[in-house]
Order: sequence, then structure tokens, then C-alpha cells
Amino acid sequence: MAKLLGNQTVLLDKQPIILSGAAIVGKKEGDGPLAKYFDDIVDDEYAGEKTFEAAESRILRDAFIKLLEKSGKASTDINLILSGDLLNQCTAASYAFRDVDIPYLGLYGACSTMSESMTIASMLIDGGSIDYAVCAASSHFCSAERQYRFPLEYGSQRTPTAQWTVTGAGAVLLGKKGQGPRITSVTPGKIIDEGIKDSNNMGAAMSPAACDTILNHLNDTGRTVDDMDIILTGDLGSFGTTMLRELLIKNGIDPKNKLSDCGTLIFNLEKQGVVCGGSGCGCSASVFSTYILDQFSKGILNRVLFVATGALLSPTRIQQGETIPSIAHAVLVEA
Amino acid sequence: MKKKITKHEYQAMVEEKAPGSHILKDLLFAFITGGVICSVGQIVMLIFEGFGADMQTRASATSIVMIFLGAFLTGINVYDDIAKFGGAGASIPITGFSNSIVSPAMEYKKEGYVMGVGAKMFLIAGPVLVYGIFSSVVAGLVYFIWKQVM
Repeated sequence: MAKLLGNQTVLLDKQPIILSGAAIVGKKEGDGPLAKYFDDIVDDEYAGEKTFEAAESRILRDAFIKLLEKSGKASTDINLILSGDLLNQCTAASYAFRDVDIPYLGLYGACSTMSESMTIASMLIDGGSIDYAVCAASSHFCSAERQYRFPLEYGSQRTPTAQWTVTGAGAVLLGKKGQGPRITSVTPGKIIDEGIKDSNNMGAAMSPAACDTILNHLNDTGRTVDDMDIILTGDLGSFGTTMLRELLIKNGIDPKNKLSDCGTLIFNLEKQGVVCGGSGCGCSASVFSTYILDQFSKGILNRVLFVATGALLSPTRIQQGETIPSIAHAVLVEA
Repeated sequence: MKKKITKHEYQAMVEEKAPGSHILKDLLFAFITGGVICSVGQIVMLIFEGFGADMQTRASATSIVMIFLGAFLTGINVYDDIAKFGGAGASIPITGFSNSIVSPAMEYKKEGYVMGVGAKMFLIAGPVLVYGIFSSVVAGLVYFIWKQVM
């Protein structure tokens, strides 16, 4: 039986296994430092489709197919897909999986979607409800720009705290038995809003949520920062990571050199013109499901606290003068 | 999380730590970009003058040419790069206005000519038009009343 530790952390009993991971990314991500880990790099921003939205669904679906290929599973083996994206009504995921004939739960956690899906899938597998689940998330620079910002060809500058939405989709297969790193505990996050209003500074909006979840995870499990190889946040970007470090220190925890962020890993911040780094559901999804899993298989990483963070805003609420509520879900992955 | 800092303190922390814009660099790049665009406009105007056009014709013809250039550079995916470099230097001149109308027209073509291009074309330029026209009416009224009184 799984056990609730403290108020927030679930210690898993059967410890679901991450059997395999796959990711497909766009050209800019393919020019970044993690290029060799991705399964495919799509140069065409339309990915052979007619619209950016369809392109996003296409790369998500292709990442899913790649995952099945890599894990040697048939779609009939999969009991459940848990997936989400940034688009209104979560359409990238629902159009991607509309004809795969597998039960599907659509999730919205903004950029925290990947750890949200892994949190839920782990608990479902641990409880014996399902045997195999696919957790996936996607984002596309062009579909996100037109929904959240301006038309692509509109001339504008980015502010010094802005981030760049990653074009990419990542998927992992979780199962009750097999080989691979295990998910040993999960900490679903609370919604935290520290009053940040600037939608071009999502790193600062999300770092209090990341801090809260990390502190609660450590408290609940009785572990310290030293027990982790890295604490891998979703997409706080360089500025958000600075703020997270400050917040942890103010709360009496020195993160030392353990903080790592998917948004700063996926791009070369100085050369690629992405300001503070990557963002979008596809960022942490693609980094975790390829690069991080690869580091596990090589034995370089043995215990990672994966904390994907999401800014739960909409352009409408921001225009109405609202602040940005944020969330972070933690998944402890052990070799 | 034990509340070690308040919302207010956090916002102050963010403000203090947030990287700022490079104001001098931004101003310089905007000056260069805006200056180049205006110089091109001046050259176009001189050409029309060379053809013997009167002042009003010259001004209108130059605007038309500059609007076309803005639209053309947007269409070939260049104007956004100019604006990335030049900021306000690229968005304030009439070429930037052209860019703000052509870019949504291109972007929303996928949603059709009515609900896409038609409805979204003035997404960015709309407020400029609304308040531009409104303030010109107010200015006109003030001018009119001033003339009556004086």
C-alpha cells in the first residue's frame, strides 16, 4: 500500500518503472546542446501539416509512436495515456491521440504537465488500477506565440526576463514491471501565487511554487538536498532559478550546486537568443524523457527530484489585471 | 512552505534581482533603425520631387511607398528581425504600422478570410486606429472652436 507522508507526499509501494522515453523537437532545439539525445529533429515548423496546431499534434503523436517502437510495446499494451499541452482546450493532445484507440486523460498543468501526468500515472499503477501508462506533453513555439503573444512576423522585442517556448514533445512509458529507473514518491503541488503580474517573467512567478513543493517534499520524506543528485525544475529559466535559489536559502536550505533546470539545459542561452531559456510543456517533457533518462541508464544520475513548474495564467486573466498562480509537482526518480 | 517572506517582500526581491534592459544600447539601436527608415523615406520623397510632384502628392506617395516596403519586408520574414534589433525605431515609423497589420493578416489566414484575416487583421493596429481617429476628432473640434472664438 502506498503511504501518505506528511500532508503532501505519497510514498509509493510498488514503485512504477520508467521503461522508456522518447522526444521529438524542432530545429532550434535541435541546434541546442541536447541535440544528440533527441529521437528526431523536425526542421519544418509545420512538420508536414498545414497549421502550427496540427504540427504540434503531429510531433506529439510521432513521439508517442517512437516511444512504442523503443519500448517494444504495442498500443494494445497501453492502458492509459495522460497528456496535455498549452493550447486552449488542450487540443494538441486530444487531436494527437484521437485515433490511437487507447483510454485518454487530458491534463492541463501548463509547463508542469509532464510531472503532473507522471504523478497521476504513478499512483494509478501503484494502486493496481492499470499496468502501463504513457505520460506525454507537448508545446510548439509558433502555436504558443499566436495564442499568448503576437503574430510571428510582428516586430517586437523580448523583455530581459522572457523565455522561449520549446517546440517539442516528450513521452515516457511507465509500467508495473521491467527495467529502468523507478518512481518512488510523488508530491503533488499546491497553487501558489506571490503576486507576480508580468507574463514575461514567468520564472519569477513559478519559483515560489517550486520552492514550496521542494520544501514540502524534503520535509515529508525527511531527506535533504544532499540526498539528491540533482533537483531538476521544469522551466524556471535562468532568472527563475536564481529566484528559487534565493527562496530556498531564505527558508534555510542551501541548494548548493544541485539545482538544474530544463529551460536552461535545452538551449545555449548566450548564442540562441532565447533570453532566460526554454519554456512550454514540451521543454521539461523532452529533456526528461531523453537526456535525463539517458543519464540514468549510464549511471551518472541515481536520484533526481523532477519538479516541473507551471504558470497557470491565461492572456484574458492577465489583461484583466490578475496575478499569475503557479504550481509545481515533484516526482522522485531513483535508479 | 513556512512563510518566511511576504508577497510584498517577494515582489521587491524580484524587482531588485530582475535583469534590466540595456537602455543606452536600446536607445542607440532604435535611433539608428528609425533614422535609416526615415532617411529612406526622405530619399523616396526627393525622387518624387525630382518628378515634379507638389508637396501634398509627394507626402502621400512617400507614405504609400513606405507602407508597401513595410508590408513587403513583413511578407518576406525580414521586418520582425529589423524590429528585434531596432525596437521602437522600427515600430514607430509608418513601416511598423504596416507590419502590425500585415503580420496578423498572414498569421490568421489559416482561420479563413472572414473570421481569420478579416476579424484579426487589426488585432494590433486596432487600438492605434481607434485612439488615433478619436484624438484627431478631438483636436479638430478644439481647433474649430478656437477659430470661432478668436
